Amino acid sequence: MEKVGIIGVGQSSFVRGYPGSIRELAFEGFKEAMEDAKIHTKDIGASIIASAPEYDKQRSPAGVIAEYLGLVPQPTFYIESICSSSSMALRVAYSMIKAGLHDVIAIVGFQKMSEISSGESQERMGRGADIQWESPFGTMMPAYYAMYAKAHMAEYGTGEEDLAKIRVKAATYGQINEKAVYRKPVTLEMFADPESTMSATVAKPLRVGDCCANADGSSCIIVASEEKAKALCDKPVWILGLGAASETVNMAGRDLLTGLKVAIEAGKQAYAMAGVTPKDIDVAEVHDCFTIAEMMAYENLGFAKPGEGKDLIGSKETYKEGSIPVNVDGGLLSKGHPIGATGGSQIRTIVLQLRGEAGEMQVKDPEIGLVHNIGGVGLYGNVTILGR
Amino acid sequence: MAKKEVDDRFKRFGTVSFTAITKANDFISYLEKGKVMGTRCKECEAIYFPPRSDCSKCLQSNMEWFEVSGTGRLLSFSELKYGPVGFEEDLPYTIALLDYGDYKVFGRISKDLPYGDLTVGMELRTESTTLPNGQLSYVFKRP
Repeated sequence: MEKVGIIGVGQSSFVRGYPGSIRELAFEGFKEAMEDAKIHTKDIGASIIASAPEYDKQRSPAGVIAEYLGLVPQPTFYIESICSSSSMALRVAYSMIKAGLHDVIAIVGFQKMSEISSGESQERMGRGADIQWESPFGTMMPAYYAMYAKAHMAEYGTGEEDLAKIRVKAATYGQINEKAVYRKPVTLEMFADPESTMSATVAKPLRVGDCCANADGSSCIIVASEEKAKALCDKPVWILGLGAASETVNMAGRDLLTGLKVAIEAGKQAYAMAGVTPKDIDVAEVHDCFTIAEMMAYENLGFAKPGEGKDLIGSKETYKEGSIPVNVDGGLLSKGHPIGATGGSQIRTIVLQLRGEAGEMQVKDPEIGLVHNIGGVGLYGNVTILGR
Repeated sequence: MAKKEVDDRFKRFGTVSFTAITKANDFISYLEKGKVMGTRCKECEAIYFPPRSDCSKCLQSNMEWFEVSGTGRLLSFSELKYGPVGFEEDLPYTIALLDYGDYKVFGRISKDLPYGDLTVGMELRTESTTLPNGQLSYVFKRP
């Protein structure tokens, strides 16, 4: 079967208050991916632009960004599934290449969250849930995930310190990732110190330290047909498996509160398509928008049994030297979470790992990597498996 | 020519409503009468909360209202110390999910029920309420 390969990856630094417009931000990730792929804009057959709407005023950002990147007159369009927008765009690009419509496609994810205030941002994100029946109660993302955390704690005895350990790990790698927005260490003592910002409650039981860092950023992934990838690239990374699923937007429709059904379902699909099992994964990027989200990802993806995620982080198996390194680039927690750019950034991390080019963050000789990217509160889920 | 009446009752739902017009507007009139209602499909008997006007099981639009009554089991909850724009004056408040068996209800815990008294698995009931700003909503209380 004809494969689809990734021939170039790039991302901007993830920062607070990017001093430029969205097209200039998108340019940063794109330029790095183009230099990585060593191709010209005329080699690109189409572009897909991914972000979450309502952070900036631009209506239909695809046209503006494609023009700025020199990708006119090729077709361009916009894909969004909130935080998993760029993984969903990768899924669409894969199918367009498999269908023979194009042989090289650029996926550009971006988000300039600093266009609006933090409170407005919470309101926007809250409206990624059910605006008719739930938003009137004053919902926001941390509170929804906090409900999952509370249920996980009640069911499995998971503790606040188990969650804090995930943030400590993220910060370990955020410090060595020069593109991360949060470069400082985080310790368990900070979670226990009432004077520390990290310990301040956002939505019980989640604290500031349990929540990802908002950021501005862009990412770019360039994918190609097998023939083109082999012709253009020395070290293509192949898309082995793709999974995607959706869940009820309303919490009242959910029958699992200790895990995300979209992750379980998308994971199953991706493992089956790739012909691998969780044990075959050498390095993973999971959607740690909150510490509880990474804990559930361990269990939903089969790295740990339900309820045993705390033992996996407790024994440091998800550190770089462990049996299943997870988010060794700092994750959303420390690297930052510019919504539409996040999936592309996760994919970039795994591609660099598989090429052996992750520098200080490099895991020993990985062959198969996994990306778990979630939109909303487990509303959309994408799992992508990549291999050398 | 007389202006056409717009049925925008739903703008009265919750601290801040993001929806004004819905076929489920009667939900608001029931709240005014002190009733929290869901819908049941008359064709296939599917039960919905929050209420729906159209059935996704049989694709018919022949619904009847039923009252949320008795108690539901508290599945999870979270107390917010920060809120979105428009909800600052309500803080802190606790959102929660109750399981009634055939359906679940998402909403807020009543202010007179302290966070420390809440445990996953306890039984609570749903009651309509008028908020300080005159908006209509419902809260979860002790049976």
